[in-house]
Amino acid sequence: MGDYYFRTSDLSVGYNGKALIHDIEINIRAGEILTLIGPNGSGKSTILKSITKHLAVIKGDSFIADASINAMTYKELSRRLAVVLTERIKGELLTCWDVVATGRYPYTNTLGLLGQEDKEKVRLAMERVHAADLAERDFSAISDGQRQRVLLARAICQEPEIIVLDEPTSFLDIRHKLQLLSILRSMAKEKGITVIMSLHEIDLAQKISDKIMCVSGEVISNFGTPEEIFREEIINELYGISEGSFNIAFGSVELPPPAGEPDTFVISGCGSGISVFRRLQKEDTPFYAGVLAENDVDFQVAKVLAAEVVTEKPFEPIGEEAAARARALIDRCSRVIYAPFPLGTGSARIVGLIEAAREAGKLEETDKVFETK
Amino acid sequence: MSSPKHEKGLARVRYTAVFIGLAAAFAILTVWNINTGSVHISVGNIARIIFLRAGDETEFGIVWKLRLPRIIAAAVLGGGLALSGFLMQTFFGNPIAGPFVLGISSGSKLFVAIVMIVLLRFVNYVTSWMMVLAAFAGALIAMGFVLLAARSIKQMSMLLVAGIMISYICSAITEFLITFAKDSDIVNLHGWSQGRFSGTTWADVRFFVIVVLVCFVLVFLMSKPISAYQMGESYAQSMGVNVKRFRILLILMSSLLAGCVTAFAGPISFVGIAVPHLIKMLLKTAKPILVIPASFLGGGVFCLFCDYIARTAFAPVELSISTVTALFGAPVVIAMLIRRNGAKS
Repeated sequence: MGDYYFRTSDLSVGYNGKALIHDIEINIRAGEILTLIGPNGSGKSTILKSITKHLAVIKGDSFIADASINAMTYKELSRRLAVVLTERIKGELLTCWDVVATGRYPYTNTLGLLGQEDKEKVRLAMERVHAADLAERDFSAISDGQRQRVLLARAICQEPEIIVLDEPTSFLDIRHKLQLLSILRSMAKEKGITVIMSLHEIDLAQKISDKIMCVSGEVISNFGTPEEIFREEIINELYGISEGSFNIAFGSVELPPPAGEPDTFVISGCGSGISVFRRLQKEDTPFYAGVLAENDVDFQVAKVLAAEVVTEKPFEPIGEEAAARARALIDRCSRVIYAPFPLGTGSARIVGLIEAAREAGKLEETDKVFETK
Repeated sequence: MSSPKHEKGLARVRYTAVFIGLAAAFAILTVWNINTGSVHISVGNIARIIFLRAGDETEFGIVWKLRLPRIIAAAVLGGGLALSGFLMQTFFGNPIAGPFVLGISSGSKLFVAIVMIVLLRFVNYVTSWMMVLAAFAGALIAMGFVLLAARSIKQMSMLLVAGIMISYICSAITEFLITFAKDSDIVNLHGWSQGRFSGTTWADVRFFVIVVLVCFVLVFLMSKPISAYQMGESYAQSMGVNVKRFRILLILMSSLLAGCVTAFAGPISFVGIAVPHLIKMLLKTAKPILVIPASFLGGGVFCLFCDYIARTAFAPVELSISTVTALFGAPVVIAMLIRRNGAKS
């Protein structure tokens, strides 16, 4: 067990003595990033609040370097663990500097006066999150992105071993999300600070985390590395996605495919088809796609949006069998859309399909397809 | 844009200026208050009376028995009231919380009425100790009800409504007691409930100066957890504050201050809300380590000023102190509410 820096043992959390989630087992090493993912109201915040001692645990305990959090005083805990919470700070007439400086609280004297060293640490923390220029600004008058960075600076200058963040990226635009997460990342890797947080953006969770915990229902459904957790069936089940799908490779979501008998066939490759597929999906037009090698980037999107995808094995020339299937489907359609892509030696049969479609008067090229709209 | 260093220097200048200004106002008002009244005494005589303890016997009596205790009462109790208001605003995270608004003064009044009307039938006299105890108990009980309401009510406006309701209930019971009271008791109670700094004895002074100053020192020593608490309960806890214990301490201090002031000077309105707000506006910061001493000083200045008006505006008739504090305090509160709403929309 000594191997793990932070762990929970037999932890049950909930409200008013009633366990909401039980048997929570977290094991992470120092400097790792653990992200809790799961649908709204699944109890991510409840778990975080129990770890930070804001909520009394129902059963079990958490340990920082084998020291029990249950047994720790708030004061002891404050030197090891800092938080960034979702709750709004009510404080009026506080400058951002004042807010960050409260992070020095566990280290200052009875009156809370900052020493020279404290001031230096506040300054460094603000620089670290690129918020040095905000120092004298009124905390209530800055943007959400700035506020989140200032609160992170506050947590940093508390010099914790662990930082717990509850949905730190909510309300942030994409640039600020990335900025915040990369600060966390470098903090964890350079300073060995352990990060535990909850995120809504599973695509970001996949990219930043060392460990992922799936929270939904009474027990933790999955805990492991992103490679172990980010499988389509796990994610779809976790969020109860029945309409549409989550694409693991892209970390993106797709809406459900259009229903009905397709009358359109899309010939594409090397990514030329993705925008066509999405366009057709928006127009609620069902379609076939092919012939795509299974390692073609178009395949990732086509497999969830197309009624049927005609495929070939990776790194093989398009074979007779696949071409025949494509021809059969094209015969059923009145419209063939060709999204141009480099046709190499392996795609000789695709050239055949295009020619056949052109002769039948079904062929449209992408630049012309959506022009009239 | 000016550099942060420059702005920090400016802030320091501002803090110093505010404190010097308050101290100057305090000194001027004190001299003014000693100096004015139905009997005119020259400054030279006053100085001799105070510092050399010599002079005309009537004048000596007026200065030592009437004017000085009254000035000390206005200064110290006013400061205590402002401090109590600041603590309640911190506790409820609500800018217009204060002993008067939340029904705490009414609770004190009820218990003082019980002592003055009911208890006096069984004993010959009541000491200031008993009055303070009664007022404090009343303050705590009323505060208890407000806290109970605050547990289930999170909205600021509803909390105030709860406070006002508690205040009505206390007033109703007080009125009920008055119905069965002797005329002399009614006069006493009415005089008390109008709020006044006159009639303060040196025994009173000794008592409340100790209570209020001890509270002030303790509150000042709490300025660090208070600053953490301003960030919200959860953050305060994550900084190592034992929030449960701190909340109890905070409420005890503010009730003790409000109870003590109410016991000696009666319920005085608006000082608790207006002064901390004015001070924060002047300082342009809410840092407790600055706001606590400045509010204490400011409360004294405000009450000295109001008492001066109460004594002199329609001399020889004296106004009750609440009349004057409301007149000057209420507009501040209105201005504050408008500013806040303006800032939000």
